Amino acid sequence: MQELLRRYGSGLTLIMCLLVAFWLLMLVIVPNITLFEQSFRPYLPVSEIGGPRDVYSANNYLKVFEGQVTSSLFGIEFEIPVRVRTFLLTIWYSMVVAVLCLMLAYPLAYYMAKIVNPKSLPTLILLLFIPLWVSEVLRAFAWWIILAFKGPLNALLLAVGLIEDPIRWTNMGFTGVVIGLIYTYVLFMLFPIYNAIQSLDTNQIEAAEDLGAPWWKIHWRIVIPHAKPGIASGCVMVFMLSAGSLLVPSILGSTTSQWFTQTINETFNDALDWNTASAYAFLLLILCTLFVSVAMWLFRVKLSDIAK
Amino acid sequence: MSAGIDLENVCCDFGTFRAVDNANVSIKPGEFFSFLGPSGCGKTTILRMVSGFIEPTQGTIRIGGNDMKGQRPNQRPTALIFQNLALFALMPIWENISFGLEVRGVDKATRRRKAEELLKLVDLPGAADKMVSQLSGGQKQRVAIARALAVEPQVMLLDEPLSALDLKLRQHMRAELRAIQKRTGVTFIYITHDQGEALAMSDRVGVMSQGRIQQIADPREIYNNPVNGFVASFVGENNIFTGEVQQAASGMASFATPHGQFRARLGEVTGKAGKLYVRPEHTLLSATAGAENAIPVTVGDVSFEGNFITVHATSDSGATLTSELRNDGSATVPALGAKMFMSFDAARAAILPDANVRG
Repeated sequence: MQELLRRYGSGLTLIMCLLVAFWLLMLVIVPNITLFEQSFRPYLPVSEIGGPRDVYSANNYLKVFEGQVTSSLFGIEFEIPVRVRTFLLTIWYSMVVAVLCLMLAYPLAYYMAKIVNPKSLPTLILLLFIPLWVSEVLRAFAWWIILAFKGPLNALLLAVGLIEDPIRWTNMGFTGVVIGLIYTYVLFMLFPIYNAIQSLDTNQIEAAEDLGAPWWKIHWRIVIPHAKPGIASGCVMVFMLSAGSLLVPSILGSTTSQWFTQTINETFNDALDWNTASAYAFLLLILCTLFVSVAMWLFRVKLSDIAK
Repeated sequence: MSAGIDLENVCCDFGTFRAVDNANVSIKPGEFFSFLGPSGCGKTTILRMVSGFIEPTQGTIRIGGNDMKGQRPNQRPTALIFQNLALFALMPIWENISFGLEVRGVDKATRRRKAEELLKLVDLPGAADKMVSQLSGGQKQRVAIARALAVEPQVMLLDEPLSALDLKLRQHMRAELRAIQKRTGVTFIYITHDQGEALAMSDRVGVMSQGRIQQIADPREIYNNPVNGFVASFVGENNIFTGEVQQAASGMASFATPHGQFRARLGEVTGKAGKLYVRPEHTLLSATAGAENAIPVTVGDVSFEGNFITVHATSDSGATLTSELRNDGSATVPALGAKMFMSFDAARAAILPDANVRG
């Protein structure tokens, strides 16, 4: 703070502090508190707001348990509230996305950090970044075209002879959504892992090899433990972004793939029930945070590791 | 168990740069062999070729008589100790040491016992459960040695492992390394740019420059009878005179320099080119000129260094010469500005060719 004052003088420092305070207060804290407060009040006609029926309750949160549907898992059929089902599927497929991103990103990160000639690294990173210059909507639509019934992917697979009939990619449950989310968020997995592996002394890898370790043992005992904070922060990031994504599930989803954010969006924008929608939004936030915390505890990752 | 190492016509190119040029050396089983040279002379490249991280461009490397071509580092009977030690920071000490055994599928109890034994061997008992970051530089050094010894290598390769330590510890670890080598009987190949280390520890030393091995000999021979100017000036100090060889006979020659005519041993000099090398401790300072090899000088700078006295003197032609006098009470410390004669024994001065480099 004193450094800031010394460098920029009191006027500029004051303006900077006020801007940051405004951003935090008006664009983060106040809207969230407003929604939080709203989530405990019933959805009423305008004339009844502030009236005798406008009292605080947890009813909006309990609405997730309404409306049973029949679902099946491993051949066992059971009744489950529809929104709980949506929520669990969102969590599950976000996890799938995170794991697949990890499997894609780890080898690439290792290659970039330890194997590739440092001279060609900037080109490689540029190639990875170029798709990010295109807007997320366009990228999702691009995948929509690629995955289309008569699109290039099916044409290619048919031509190679891997499949006999074209596949309805975006009409197979969550397949389209998972592919789209992986493409959108894989770099959020790649760079933390790349940074972590890069900081590993190459001599340690060589020492392990010199002591007789096969390649998988070197990764299991030396590289992965060292990269764990990077892997953890990549997984948390991809998981949270996927669970909170609205655009990709809306564009690449099928009739059978409802994402929890879509439920929230429908309640906000179609039902115009801000109260219930806020309750759902907070449920998603709280439960995802809880889920991540439990996962971090299970894998013995500290918050300070991720912040590195 | 220890194995000999043979390098036959080994070359290593990096692009157009030849890092190692036609290296031939035969290291005996159980020998302590050092490669000594300035940075960039190719000594580390030799070590990495023996350990298997680099394949030679040409030539053959044999360990224990077996050709190592195509063998990965994890298939060779060697253990490398890295310059920065490369200990596994996330494992406790005992797991570091027993990592090589873990890889070989040894059970946990045996690994633990073996690690404790090795810690005793390197004089570090009770450190098994510590983390790497809790150890001092010298202790880490010992752990690295123990980790390499755990896999019972036939050859230990050491890449300047003492360079990060302070002077006292370095001297202590020299003796320690030598003792461990004698105790285990493993062949040691030691890489260093520190002549003191190489001379003090090794059975034999290979001096390298610009990718070529200049001389392979025991430490005394290297110091007393260097084969060329590079070895002479890299190992120890010298007064160097340029001049011309005249009248060579029975290993001795007279050598014409701007300081006058000297007599000295004649090395492998072709034609008349060559330089005369005289070690500072082989010179004498006296008030009167002797029979031969005497140069009139003016004493310029006298530094008292405890066990010896270094005198820098200027000759009449303006060259600075150095003389080292033992502080045994007999030598009188010359006065500043005194006119004296620097002389040397012809048998202890040598006329040598320049370094062996690519023409």
